Amino acid sequence: MALDEIKIGGLGASRRRVEDNRFIRGKGNYVDDIVLPGMLHMEILRSPLAHARITSIDVSGAWAIPGVRLVLTGEMMAARNLAWMPTLSYDTQAVLATDKVRFQGQEVACVVADDPYTAKDGCEAIVVEYEPLPPIVNPYQAMAADAPLIRDDKVNQTDNKIFDWEVGDKEGTDRAFAQADVVSEIDMHYPRSHPSPIETCGSVADFDRSTSKLTVYMTSQAPHIIRAAVALVAEIPEHMIRIIAPDLGGGFGNKVPVYPGYVMSILASILTERPVKWIEDKSGNLISTGFGRDVYLKGQIAMRNDGKILGVRMHTDSDHGAFFSDAQPSKFKIGLMHSAFACYDIPAAHLTATGVYTNKAPGGVAYRCSFRVTEAMYFQERMICAAADDLGMDQAEFRRVNLVRDDDFPKRTPFGFLTDSGQYEKCLDIGLEAIGYADFKQEQQAARKRGRLLGIGISTMTEPLGAGNSREYDILGIKMFDSAELRVHMTGKAILRTGAKTQGQGHETTWAQIVAHELGIPADDILVEEGDTDTAPFGMGTYASRSTPVAGAAVAMVSRKIRAKARKIAAHLLEVSEEDIEWELGRFYVRGAQDRGVSIQECAMAAYSNVPDGMEPGLENNAYYDPPNLTWPFACYIAKVEVDPETGVWDVLRVVAVDDCGVRINPMIVEGQIMGGLTEAYAMANMQFLTFDEDGNCIGSNYMDYLLPTAWETPGFELHEVVTPCPHHPIGAKGIGECATVGGPAAFVNAVMDALKHTGVRNIDMPLLPDRVHDALTTGNDISGMPPVKTEA
Amino acid sequence: MFPSRFRYEAPSSLGEAVALLASHDDSKVLAGGQSLIPMMKLRFASPALLVDINNIPGLDQHGAQPDGSYRIGALVRHADLEKSTTLGEHQPTIAAAAPLIADPIVRTRGTFVGSVCHADPQGDWASCLVALDGSIVAHGPTGRRTIPVDDFVTGPFQTVLAPDEIAVEAVIGAASGSRKGGYLKLERRVGDFATVGVAVALEMSGSTVTKAGIGLTGVGSATINAREAADAIVGSSLGDDEIAVAAEAAAAASSPRSDHRGSADYKRHVVATFVGRLLAQHQPAEAEVA
Ligand SMILES: Cc1cc2nc3c(=O)[nH]c(=O)nc-3n(C[C@H](O)[C@H](O)[C@H](O)COP(=O)(O)OP(=O)(O)OC[C@H]3O[C@@H](n4cnc5c(N)ncnc54)[C@H](O)[C@@H]3O)c2cc1C
Repeated sequence: MALDEIKIGGLGASRRRVEDNRFIRGKGNYVDDIVLPGMLHMEILRSPLAHARITSIDVSGAWAIPGVRLVLTGEMMAARNLAWMPTLSYDTQAVLATDKVRFQGQEVACVVADDPYTAKDGCEAIVVEYEPLPPIVNPYQAMAADAPLIRDDKVNQTDNKIFDWEVGDKEGTDRAFAQADVVSEIDMHYPRSHPSPIETCGSVADFDRSTSKLTVYMTSQAPHIIRAAVALVAEIPEHMIRIIAPDLGGGFGNKVPVYPGYVMSILASILTERPVKWIEDKSGNLISTGFGRDVYLKGQIAMRNDGKILGVRMHTDSDHGAFFSDAQPSKFKIGLMHSAFACYDIPAAHLTATGVYTNKAPGGVAYRCSFRVTEAMYFQERMICAAADDLGMDQAEFRRVNLVRDDDFPKRTPFGFLTDSGQYEKCLDIGLEAIGYADFKQEQQAARKRGRLLGIGISTMTEPLGAGNSREYDILGIKMFDSAELRVHMTGKAILRTGAKTQGQGHETTWAQIVAHELGIPADDILVEEGDTDTAPFGMGTYASRSTPVAGAAVAMVSRKIRAKARKIAAHLLEVSEEDIEWELGRFYVRGAQDRGVSIQECAMAAYSNVPDGMEPGLENNAYYDPPNLTWPFACYIAKVEVDPETGVWDVLRVVAVDDCGVRINPMIVEGQIMGGLTEAYAMANMQFLTFDEDGNCIGSNYMDYLLPTAWETPGFELHEVVTPCPHHPIGAKGIGECATVGGPAAFVNAVMDALKHTGVRNIDMPLLPDRVHDALTTGNDISGMPPVKTEA
Repeated sequence: MFPSRFRYEAPSSLGEAVALLASHDDSKVLAGGQSLIPMMKLRFASPALLVDINNIPGLDQHGAQPDGSYRIGALVRHADLEKSTTLGEHQPTIAAAAPLIADPIVRTRGTFVGSVCHADPQGDWASCLVALDGSIVAHGPTGRRTIPVDDFVTGPFQTVLAPDEIAVEAVIGAASGSRKGGYLKLERRVGDFATVGVAVALEMSGSTVTKAGIGLTGVGSATINAREAADAIVGSSLGDDEIAVAAEAAAAASSPRSDHRGSADYKRHVVATFVGRLLAQHQPAEAEVA
């Protein structure tokens, strides 16, 4: 008898997260939990100014403090050729500033001492003299003719521009606009935000002179990429580098890049020949590490009067901060911005993109965004909302006219991607039905008569997840495949390792479920390990919702290899030929004689005790999976809000989410991902952003000013599901890690704009702070969120 | 957290505490620690000696006194006030503000008196005490003195307390009529300091206001006592016109800054809106007027 898949924790089981056992007991093992004998502690001195020339650094005060073991400055790094390091976007980034500081919070020096208190005292004792330079806090200041040059370290750099890039069909788009009945235009800013994982970045570097081996415990979502980078930059042989990413307290893309702190802790360990721990404080994390967004859009949609979209034009100006260190492996300068409008049937589209340096922290594609898909979908859905209004057409109807139809797949998107599958209209219908859309207009009218402002916002989108197929991705030339290695022990228990790295997604739970599905081994019998480059197979890590689409596929594929060998063993045990063997979950049997069978566990035992002649013993294998395409989940998010006309405060009354992420491995975890994403979407729309004043001071350098929503504000979410299996993934799954973060914000903003429609206001930049909403209401003007924030003494 | 080095003492009597404070010219009282510790963490404050008053008995009570006054001891936590079942009937303004201070974690440790001593222009309690015309009782080497709250706070993060004085309690005088009032706070998120906070405290005889106080949070370089606004409603029955005048006067009394919490104009507008809303809550019902 085949096993009950749900009972053994296979596909579709809402199995409890096994990792939670240690987390809820406080027994997680994070980088800061690592304590090695003789370990020293490192603290970083950061620049208080956004743009200034360093005229002198006096470190004698730090050296004078008992317990200080090492002080590093840019000059000392330069002497070792380590003052600058390469970035993943083919630029350079300062490890420690030598000439100038280029953003507030930039690393200027570091102190290594017996304990963190002394290290901090040491930093305070360093005297740095700065000659302030004019700071630049937005791309338009950066592109002004008389703008000061930020990257005067680069030989051929004469202005603050990083790139001009374009994609799409310019002529075709021009023709579409020439034929349009109506052209809708809208400009907006997607503000900078920070993923702010609860655990900051950190490392414990341990260079052992006697073995020449470097071991680094590191908060990394992609330990193998780090190993490669260290091998290339520090010229330490790759086999002598071991990167261990233990438990991670969240990542959201913030823990993909290589940070100066890691590099300095490694150098410090080499120089002191002792382990060196660096744990970034919360402010350091917020002001210096990988952020998300900070992109300005000029968008245009060309339409016919009947609502059919003929063409789309987009121009983006993106603010990358002081160094172009976007940690994104796509071959496109502005990431996957041109995944915009993928769910709509649009004949022509053209996108131009300009990237610039500013005096802000570098590292622009963090935060659950799949390399700017978040911006793409926000812009798309805000443009759709404005276009429907300009046309005087209902926003749901306008989408219905333009959504790609179920029988159109695979479908080329306006910018040339290939979407795989979906049931878009069905998702929209379920969402509209759930929120009571048909009756809403009346309710809205009635409320308005009583002075209450209600609004509904819709966001529909498909996004490309699972970086990625080699056509669109590589990191420094390395293909974006991922890997899994499965060893089945003789008792039928197993250990699985992958090249991904969980940081809250629950891989330890879900990978075992995939193995259970493929082999019938109960999920509880499978141990999942990730993150140690000495033991895990080579893989590209976890971000961009790529784990299930890529590593998860590798897990299925390696399980199938194991099953293929087990089938041979089964034939041997059952004394029939392999062709006569049938499989049902957990068991092989003889065709026509279902009761004559052997379990997968019996095959495992035989693999170590009774293999057929000529077969290698053992039951283990690995698989590398290079995805044929990205996976394309679809979502429809609908928010209903009420705006207080007197204060501009808005409350979320209801949120309906319809997600189609293909086959759901663990529905509970999928729902958790969606709720987490919607919470972040609400946060972006309502409060969470990093802004800057005119001096380049970061406003949001601590949790008093950088607002994350609490359980109190976070609305409830009503979740619905549609399942369209991914046609090219071994188990039909699509990514889900980012959908709600990506598609959610526009639903909230569109809802507030709907509530304000009678005022003629077309856009308020996120976050929709009460004062912005109130200003819009009273003036009837669009509200820009471009920094600097206007302050007065 | 990695603050600068400091000495820590936790005496069990007021006398010892005052002596310790006097023994060092860079000493600080530690009450709930919810303002001082964060500042030490960021090394904005680096006192050489911390005198923890949490072991001193008798400071953790609050309640109505036989003389009609209401006293709040120096170790009464925000949460004690939030959870009190009797506070509301005596002190509606304070009862309304208690659940709006910070977040539940901070409320279980932070103290009312510590908040007033901290003199943060964004502190909610000082506005309540201002609206209620209350005082702080300070204990020093030479005995006790009672300082009206208007004289107590001298500027942002500044009070008249001497370095060796400890505030032992806050006192609100007896009311002449029935106490009414409330607190409204615009915050960006639970646990945030006020973008705008408004405390209204009324004493009413029937439907007539006999005494009024309005305190404003977060809209100036210190807590603001909106006296003209309060005067506009004293003697009235809170008619729409008087309320409008008071709301405008309170907005005029505020001097907010434009910052990331909102523009100055917006904050002034919210002051007026909140004063209006709080006063309207105590308008006599239609029937009463007729
Ligand atoms: C996350 C967070 C959010 C917050 N949000 C708010 C908010 O929304 N509204 C609000 O009003 N407050 C808020 N606070 C501040 C909080 O209310 C503090 O508890 C309060 O400001 C200080 O009280 P304390 O007992 O913690 O004082 P402490 O931190 O111990 O001391 C503060 C200062 O007052 C002095 N002091 C304290 N008690 C005495 C005394 N008895 N005699 C003499 N001097 C004394 C100390 O020496 C110190 O200088 C917040 C704090 C945090 C950490």
